[in-house]
Amino acid sequence: MTSSKTYRIVIVEPYSIIAQGLRLMIDDIKGFEVSAIIADSHYMERIASFRPDIVVINPTVLDMKKRGEIDELAAKVPQAALAALVYQFVDPEILKCFKATIDISDSREKITVKLRQLLDAGEPSTESTELSEREKEILVAVAKGYTNKSIAEQYHLSIHTVITHRKNLTRKTGIKSVSGLTVYAILNNLIDIKDVE
Amino acid sequence: MRKKNNLSFYTPDMKMAELVQSNYQLLLLLPRFGMELGVGEDSITEQCKRHGVSPDLFVMICNIYSFANYRPTLEEVEAVDVEQLLSYLSRSHTYYMESRIRPIELSLKNIAGHYAAPQGDILMRFFAEYIQEVLNHFEYEEKTVFPYIRDLQECRKLHPEYDIETFEKNHSNIDDKLSDLKNILIKYLPNIGMVAEQTELLFQIFSLEDDLSRHTFIEDVVLIPLVRHMEILSHDK
Repeated sequence: MTSSKTYRIVIVEPYSIIAQGLRLMIDDIKGFEVSAIIADSHYMERIASFRPDIVVINPTVLDMKKRGEIDELAAKVPQAALAALVYQFVDPEILKCFKATIDISDSREKITVKLRQLLDAGEPSTESTELSEREKEILVAVAKGYTNKSIAEQYHLSIHTVITHRKNLTRKTGIKSVSGLTVYAILNNLIDIKDVE
Repeated sequence: MRKKNNLSFYTPDMKMAELVQSNYQLLLLLPRFGMELGVGEDSITEQCKRHGVSPDLFVMICNIYSFANYRPTLEEVEAVDVEQLLSYLSRSHTYYMESRIRPIELSLKNIAGHYAAPQGDILMRFFAEYIQEVLNHFEYEEKTVFPYIRDLQECRKLHPEYDIETFEKNHSNIDDKLSDLKNILIKYLPNIGMVAEQTELLFQIFSLEDDLSRHTFIEDVVLIPLVRHMEILSHDK
């Protein structure tokens, strides 16, 4: 962690009294700034534009009916570490999806430690950004316009596994849209332009 | 670039010349309000009156573009002249397509022409898909959302089947492809010695992306709350 950088935090919290209080505490911590507070349910659309290093989110904002919402959030801001802001009951299974939990009773010192740990955990790991052979196969299938379901059938995988591969493709390449992945596949000679006509 | 933690936001009594000198990016907003240069010593209010623009709306939008920590209050939002806001948003749509996206298409075409056919073609096809996506997004707003709001304003027709929440839910994301194009240009397009052209193109894309995020912010924090307020008033009638 370099000392000169200021890390950007986005708070997703419906109640202003809590969000503003947390912002005041965080703004006093050297090396961190709150670049935005999002109170409405539209956080997903706007969050990437703040380029957060850390997202502190009240898990009750997540739509629990859509199980993939945390994954969707992680895909929107792949570089950010996710922390839960907790003061209501939250299903422990949900909390497992977060790298850290900030409790409303935490002192500033405790929050500082948690934020620093989050960043250390989020430092670029030695994990490869090279695509695996299986990922290349899936990329080609996506570029050819196959749905997750038919890719799963073709390669005898569960849909869940296909989705994980697709998430990894986006994380490794930085490309989200199917058309963008198609361009990537053609530029890297993984596919012929005639295959996607 | 937007400043952080500035305590004084813009006010309508400021001089127009000072405004654009304080943040030259705001120059890009003038045509969308039908305003021009040669502003002399006019205040913002005087210039706005000359062009039939609401000074409060103009200042609100300049603040949104200049200050990351600015957010209009609900009272300010509810006082916005909805027709002026819609006309600003429509002009912005035309402006994005004609003055920002088409020039990006031209720059990309110039670069793509230097690559072998499959690479060049796929780039142009990708951008054509992006343009279509943006056009659909704008058209939905112009043909469905804005007429609904105008009807609501003039109590002309009731639309029991539609409300602003439907728009809010269906407000599609048009950022992904632009961000993908940046990644492709920065990371994956093989280098053929066109760094100046590619840099120019990337500047155009970054700047458009920034501007579009402000545009979405205006829709989220001004347009939607304002229309929700109008809906409540119309139900009370």
